Amino acid sequence: MPDATHTSAEQAAQPVTVKPLVEIQGVHKFFGDHHVLKGIDMTVKPGEVSVIIGPSGSGKSTLLRCINLLETLSAGRIYVHNDLIGYREVNGKLHDLNTKQIATQRREIGMVFQRFNLFPHKTALQNVIEAPTQVKRQSKAAAKLKALELLEMVGLSDRANFYPSQLSGGQQQRVAIARALAMEPELMLFDEPTSALDPELVGDVLEVMKNLAKSGMTMIVVTHEIGFAREVGDTLTFMDGGVVVESGNPREIIANPQHHRTKEFLSRVL
Amino acid sequence: MELIDAIPVRHPWRWVGAAVILLVVILAIQSMTTNPKFYWGTFRTYVFDVLVIQGVGWTLVLTVSSMVIAIVLAILLAFMRQSDNPLFRYVSWVWVWFFRGTPVYTQLLFWGSVGVLYPKIILGVPFGPELLSWDTATVINATVAAIVGLGLNESAYLAEIFRAGLKSVDNGQMEAAEALGMRRSKVMWRIILPQAMRVIIPPTGNETIGMLKTTSLVLAVPFTLDLTFVTNALASRTFLPIPLLMVAAFWYLVITSVLMVGQYYVERHFGKGVDNVMKAPVKVPPPAAADPIMLPRGNNLA
Ligand SMILES: Nc1ncnc2c1ncn2[C@@H]1O[C@H](COP(=O)(O)OP(=O)(O)O)[C@@H](O)[C@H]1O
Ligand SMILES: [Mg+2]
Repeated sequence: MPDATHTSAEQAAQPVTVKPLVEIQGVHKFFGDHHVLKGIDMTVKPGEVSVIIGPSGSGKSTLLRCINLLETLSAGRIYVHNDLIGYREVNGKLHDLNTKQIATQRREIGMVFQRFNLFPHKTALQNVIEAPTQVKRQSKAAAKLKALELLEMVGLSDRANFYPSQLSGGQQQRVAIARALAMEPELMLFDEPTSALDPELVGDVLEVMKNLAKSGMTMIVVTHEIGFAREVGDTLTFMDGGVVVESGNPREIIANPQHHRTKEFLSRVL
Repeated sequence: MELIDAIPVRHPWRWVGAAVILLVVILAIQSMTTNPKFYWGTFRTYVFDVLVIQGVGWTLVLTVSSMVIAIVLAILLAFMRQSDNPLFRYVSWVWVWFFRGTPVYTQLLFWGSVGVLYPKIILGVPFGPELLSWDTATVINATVAAIVGLGLNESAYLAEIFRAGLKSVDNGQMEAAEALGMRRSKVMWRIILPQAMRVIIPPTGNETIGMLKTTSLVLAVPFTLDLTFVTNALASRTFLPIPLLMVAAFWYLVITSVLMVGQYYVERHFGKGVDNVMKAPVKVPPPAAADPIMLPRGNNLA
């Protein structure tokens, strides 16, 4: 677990020697002829909340999906905790990891989806214990104990035995967060976690994410919630057309965007 | 508060329709009971005849065992079809192509004559020494031939049903499970297949009931103990085909009804969380849950 005591101010004052948890280096992604990511560089330090914003189609989801191998890179490298994601490098030559090794890498990375993707045939509790029992081979009792703790943390201990279809969108998303946390990842990816929610349900999910950030979790969050970026984010990255247009302190960028595309985008979402 | 007590819309034509249907049913029953050519006495003599009951038993054995084989193979074939491994995909495709593309009667004839084609089953190194060998006739007797023949043929049809079922599950399910670090085979088995079952069961129930009737083709093997063969044999012995047709029809209907009851429960099992969600526990939230001071994160009682 990363150090839980950083505040944003301390984070900014940290010496640059802190080893990044996530290093994205010159990442390109093609879908056929479609050049979606055009050389992305980004680092995320342990305990940092890195917020990515940008217009629809700018490649934000694709970038997140590359980090946990739901997409394969066309070029570049991604390291999480010094582990090269997706490959083994031997004498400068890349070798694909096999499915088992890929699964192992993914266990360290939690992902929360825009559309929750809870398992509809399992209750909230069963959703949360699925991976710990099936992947980590934890005993059911131990996994349950931990799961109830996590459900309590997201404010849903009284919904443990409910099926996803019996939960509101906001509740489903909080279960999804608990499910990802149950694997005790060192990095959490959020892909527009509140975009599919009714406005009055957004707050609860953001609250859970805020608490998670406070507890020291390293997070990469794609969102349109500028308030969240300003309040919780340690860095803000603005992407457009598959490139990083601007990146830095969220409060500074939001108050005073340097690039006209950033300015234009912010004026539309604020 | 005044509860609404509205007068429902009347449906007079439904009553007319019901009366017409009732009349037709009564006439049919009357004609069947009063027409001596149905020989209901003969029906009563044979409906619980030992040979007939044994025939029912064998038909059930054939239906259930061939469906079990077919379902196991179909799951395997459907998984193979979705695999990253091109060899698996190709083998699965060819299997379906072959077993759907040839008549089941022909396939049963083939399994019945394997013993003629290959008198011995030999386990050994190709062009090398024999390790083990059996007489084909003892390994593939008529029962095995009938079950294997029906099962392999059916697996091809079921494989397509299972494939459609697997495809009906949202892609996000696979991604969510893989993002948790689950291996693909585990995801298929624990996440995708259980959800696909909702789509798979109704047509599979259809296929099972179809199989019940298809078992009558096993005379091609030849297998001579199933319900149709037995009632046909009794019919030619007694020279009374109609009552023995009725006996067979009666038992096929009974078995179909039992299968339909089974299907109801299987459907209910795999529909959990999606169908009839009101039946799941709905716990009244404790009073504190409504208190924003107790739960600062808020709690949507949606
Ligand atoms: N699987 C895919 N195949 C082809 N094109 C894709 C695929 N996924 C995403 N894209 C394209 O990549 C671009 C970026 O998509 P995405 O990363 O989802 O953007 P964002 O999340 O920023 O809205 C879009 O133009 C989209 O159409
Ligand atoms: Mg997106």
